[in-house]
Amino acid sequence: MSEPSKPQGRKFQLPEHLKEYKGIWVIVEQERGSVHSVSWELVGEARKLADKLGVEVGAVVLGADSPELNAICGDAFTYGADVVYKVTDPVLADYRTDPYTRVMTDVVNTYKPEIVLLGATTLGRDLAGAIATTLATGLTADCTELDIYMDNRSLAATRPTFGGTLLCTIQTLAYRPQMATVRPRVMSMPDRDDNRTGRVVEVFPALREDDVITKVLSFIADREQNEAQLAFADIIVAAGKGLGKPENLKLVFDLAKVLGGEVGVTRPLVQAGWTGFDRQVGQTGKTVRPKLYIAAGISGAIQHRVGMEKSDLILAINTDPNAPIFDFAHLGLVGDALTILPALTDAFGKRLSVNRLAG
Amino acid sequence: MHIVVCIKQVPDSAQIRIHPVTNTIMRQGVPAIINPFDLFSLEEALRIKDKVGARVTVLTMGPPMAETSLRKALSLGADDAVLLTDRKFAGSDTLATSYALTSAIKKLSEEEQVDLVFCGKQTVDGDTAQVGPGIATRLGFQQLTYITKIESIDQGAREIVVHRRSEGGVQVLKTALPCMITMLEGTNTIRFGKMDDMFRAARYGLKTWSKDTTGAEETKVGLKGSPTVVSKVFVPKPRAQKATMVEAEAPTAEAPSAEAMAAAAVEAILGAQPKLADELLARAAAGL
Amino acid sequence: MVEKFDAIVIGAGPSGNAAAYTLAKQGLNVLQLERGEYPGAKNVQGGIMYAAELEKIIPDFREDCPTERHIIEQRVWLLGDDNYIGTNYRSEAFNSDKPNRYTIIRANIDKWFSEKIREAGGLQICETTVTELIRDASGKVIGVRTDREGGEIHADVVIMADGVNALLARRTGFQQELAPQNVALAVKEILFIDPELIQQRFGLKDEEGVVIEIMGKVTKGMVGTAFLYTNKESLTIGIGCLISDFKEGAIPPYKMLEDLKNHPVIKPLIEGAEMKEYAAHMIPEGGYKAVPQLYGDGWMVVGDAAHFNNAAHREGSNLAMASGRMAAETVIELKQAGKPFNAANLAAYKKKLDDSFIMKDLKKYRNLPGIMHENKQFFGAYPDTLTAAAHSWFTVDSVDKRTKEKEIMKSFVKKRSIMGLVGDAIKLVRAVR
Ligand SMILES: Cc1cc2nc3c(=O)[nH]c(=O)nc-3n(C[C@H](O)[C@H](O)[C@H](O)COP(=O)(O)OP(=O)(O)OC[C@H]3O[C@@H](n4cnc5c(N)ncnc54)[C@H](O)[C@@H]3O)c2cc1C
Ligand SMILES: Cc1cc2nc3c(=O)[nH]c(=O)nc-3n(C[C@H](O)[C@H](O)[C@H](O)COP(=O)(O)OP(=O)(O)OC[C@H]3O[C@@H](n4cnc5c(N)ncnc54)[C@H](O)[C@@H]3O)c2cc1C
Ligand SMILES: Nc1ncnc2c1ncn2[C@@H]1O[C@H](COP(=O)(O)O)[C@@H](O)[C@H]1O
Repeated sequence: MSEPSKPQGRKFQLPEHLKEYKGIWVIVEQERGSVHSVSWELVGEARKLADKLGVEVGAVVLGADSPELNAICGDAFTYGADVVYKVTDPVLADYRTDPYTRVMTDVVNTYKPEIVLLGATTLGRDLAGAIATTLATGLTADCTELDIYMDNRSLAATRPTFGGTLLCTIQTLAYRPQMATVRPRVMSMPDRDDNRTGRVVEVFPALREDDVITKVLSFIADREQNEAQLAFADIIVAAGKGLGKPENLKLVFDLAKVLGGEVGVTRPLVQAGWTGFDRQVGQTGKTVRPKLYIAAGISGAIQHRVGMEKSDLILAINTDPNAPIFDFAHLGLVGDALTILPALTDAFGKRLSVNRLAG
Repeated sequence: MHIVVCIKQVPDSAQIRIHPVTNTIMRQGVPAIINPFDLFSLEEALRIKDKVGARVTVLTMGPPMAETSLRKALSLGADDAVLLTDRKFAGSDTLATSYALTSAIKKLSEEEQVDLVFCGKQTVDGDTAQVGPGIATRLGFQQLTYITKIESIDQGAREIVVHRRSEGGVQVLKTALPCMITMLEGTNTIRFGKMDDMFRAARYGLKTWSKDTTGAEETKVGLKGSPTVVSKVFVPKPRAQKATMVEAEAPTAEAPSAEAMAAAAVEAILGAQPKLADELLARAAAGL
Repeated sequence: MVEKFDAIVIGAGPSGNAAAYTLAKQGLNVLQLERGEYPGAKNVQGGIMYAAELEKIIPDFREDCPTERHIIEQRVWLLGDDNYIGTNYRSEAFNSDKPNRYTIIRANIDKWFSEKIREAGGLQICETTVTELIRDASGKVIGVRTDREGGEIHADVVIMADGVNALLARRTGFQQELAPQNVALAVKEILFIDPELIQQRFGLKDEEGVVIEIMGKVTKGMVGTAFLYTNKESLTIGIGCLISDFKEGAIPPYKMLEDLKNHPVIKPLIEGAEMKEYAAHMIPEGGYKAVPQLYGDGWMVVGDAAHFNNAAHREGSNLAMASGRMAAETVIELKQAGKPFNAANLAAYKKKLDDSFIMKDLKKYRNLPGIMHENKQFFGAYPDTLTAAAHSWFTVDSVDKRTKEKEIMKSFVKKRSIMGLVGDAIKLVRAVR
């Protein structure tokens, strides 16, 4: 992954039989009737790329037939799809690698899209790795930017490498489809256009449950768990070693509570046993992109940064005016987190309750 | 039971630096480590060995110096180690890598049937999370990624029950061996090897396999077998602007009070993100 | 079953490596234990390696040893506030095919040396800390215990090459606690820089290198020295002072290094370089008088752990390698003669040391550490007066040279009486005689 730079849009000859591959697909990730937002972000992105190439956007929706699934197909149009491939079978009710892979391989081989995009989620990454192998094509994972090199009409997929210290642009030249997974919340959510509709192509794969070896015994939804839901949190208050001792974590929990957010931490805190691993943000922890990230007593090491720098708004509180976190935070506050945090909790509390009464 | 754990030697990303002049990665002097994600899988394999008895073989594809990682894995308790190394493998992308590793696993299976393959969730250098699924697909093994817990494993019935993290929750899956498993990070902690294992690792006669040993086809490995090409590598642009500093008026020459700073910070946040203000209020209202 | 070896070497620094290699090369069954993740992981050395000693151990080391640059020029600088006075010596003769000194990066050298040991048949185990020496009823050392489960290992003889802290010898009661006036704390950084800049700034070609040894006001009157070395693609810069001084002094070591890097005569040399690593380490500088008991029943101590360090010439790794080799040779001789490794027989190791440059040099400088410590003028007043003198001497301002000479002399006497000056000269001469 570290070849020297080459000129943009390498010259290559696409074999004749691959020229019929047309259109950009997004595999819509739905589990139990709800769609992961990354899928719509990708439909929006696919729209832009497809307009550049002058081709159609296809959304593939897999699952057991149900009213929810139909609604999802409708949503795909409103976010920008031209065609929806609606693939239904009772066996597809729950995500399992094997049947999903088989079906997707067939559908791709039948309809021949030139680009296939998935979310870099547990489902997307699991499925993408499998179908790229069955289709024997290239896959670029965890992209943060997609583009088309018009001189050869190929997908240029850019992704971080070496823990975010570098970026690289990867292309799949003489193979089709070109595949990529994209991290959630990297692309912006497209606006809905409720007047948009399009073609639905129904696919009935006729699977047999007996052929599927892996069975889903149960599903424990996170809502029912006490685990921290960092990845989905809109607001995160995060603590680093600057908090001094475990008791002081209370300060971030207090603020998070007032804001209706979650608590994140840096790795040293997890290693010191202050809190569980599920709260670690960073390269070896969770990647988050909340609307607000308050970093208290965090220096901003690269391994932490790569997990949170995409946050919409970062406020850093640090006693050291030269802390690296101020290089990429949007707002900085030089001060002692131990006094600022409770003051922030108060200030937000007041601000929100005053308005609440007024409203 | 025969378990293969695929490990990759990677540069310690914490110590990777960009050469200030040439803007290239400086690997020189950067210590190589076992991909941190692989350790969770290795530990899980070793636990299965402790519990139900198994032979654990670690496998890596890489340059000869990747031997260090294999020895390290042996010192933690793995039984055997195979180094898959060949100039012809150089430049392999994930598709070619999973092909090459699969060829080695098939060969290992000839010695003793492989029931479980463990891979890391992803690597810290390639970071694609594709090689594991690639191997599972090629071997026709059941693919179990992002596993948080192996609940039970029944050798006789060749059945395994696992917890798999998915976006909205945890799937409890029951399936049959053989499987390919990738463990989620943080699900266990790698052990500290015993003295005996340190000796065994230091003395172990490593198996070194080439393309020809495993019978891998030349067109499917290395650059030839890799659909993707890296067209450029570059340093991310630093954010143009540094943080805007929150400041507050102080009554005297002293530093402003925490309260004043906090109030200023709240205004700055809500000022920067007006939408957020509405959402917070909506949330607060809902919480009434 | 407890493993048993002919010899156990604790530590994989230069002294331990020299010992382990020499033993393995002679076919002895040797185990080397190192607590670092890999050899060199924890090691800090400014970076001058002296070829002579390594050559005695591995004669053809130049073939593949990863040295950086061979040194063709030595500078000694006395820094004032914004100036320096110094001497340079540079010679083409140092460009021979067997150069005498090299700059090195320790991690690379240690790794290379370790490979040589493995090739010679030595067994090496890293990430394993020796926690104690195991002794039999008579007090004879018969092995070691490590921090791992099942960590007991036996050997006929144990060579402690565990560095300046010499924890094992101390824990076992073979050595006293370290005295703060006998140890320096050095901090250093490796700074990445374009090799072309190195060549331009120091007037070098190919793999030629320069060493700058620095004394003067940067140590804020404390006993200490600094250095700047040219590597292939980096510079090593560091500074060290006695721990006893740091304890009294107000300035922490890293701050002192910052000051050095910002000094007006140093700054242009390192401009544009990027810090790659920072390290701090102790150097045993007590000299001859601090050398502890060196051997006993079943054990020997080598290298920094034995306080073999020549602060005046910044030599350490060569003494380490030489002592490691001598300890190993002692073992080999006893083994061949079929003699036990008791204190009486291991006394042969001490004899070798006494007959070598190690003890002779340490003895020669035995009074230096004390003198430096008690006469701080060497690190404060003198740099000022000397650089002022030079400034006056080299400023062309129509003052006649005679008058200048007188003024310079006066300024010396003002800082320190004539008796003081003479006294200092005598002390120094005595110390290094
Ligand atoms: C392979 C690898 C993977 C890693 N993965 C991760 C990861 O996923 N996530 C992660 O977070 N780290 C990770 N790290 C660790 C990372 O390199 C840093 O060590 C870590 O992020 C630093 O955490 P910190 O900011 O809490 O601590 P420090 O770096 O010690 O910073 C503490 C900060 O608090 C400030 N401070 C002190 N007192 C106060 C006070 N009273 N009020 C306000 N500020 C104060 C200090 O000025 C300082 O800036 C990884 C490291 C490695 C080697
Ligand atoms: C900043 C600095 C600059 C220097 N510059 C020079 C120079 O230019 N030229 C020169 O010749 N010398 C120089 N020296 C001195 C030189 O580095 C030392 O004299 C030399 O490294 C001593 O070698 P050693 O093998 O005795 O000890 P060390 O190199 O300290 O090695 C000891 C080893 O033992 C290991 N160890 C310790 N305890 C245990 C244990 N309990 N179990 C297992 N392993 C253990 C350590 O991890 C370490 O690897 C410098 C020193 C410093 C600090
Ligand atoms: N060269 C390799 N040798 C052995 N295993 C590998 C190699 N590359 C990847 N893997 C395995 O595949 C996992 C995922 O890698 P990646 O797809 O690169 O993120 C790793 O954690 C390893 O377990």
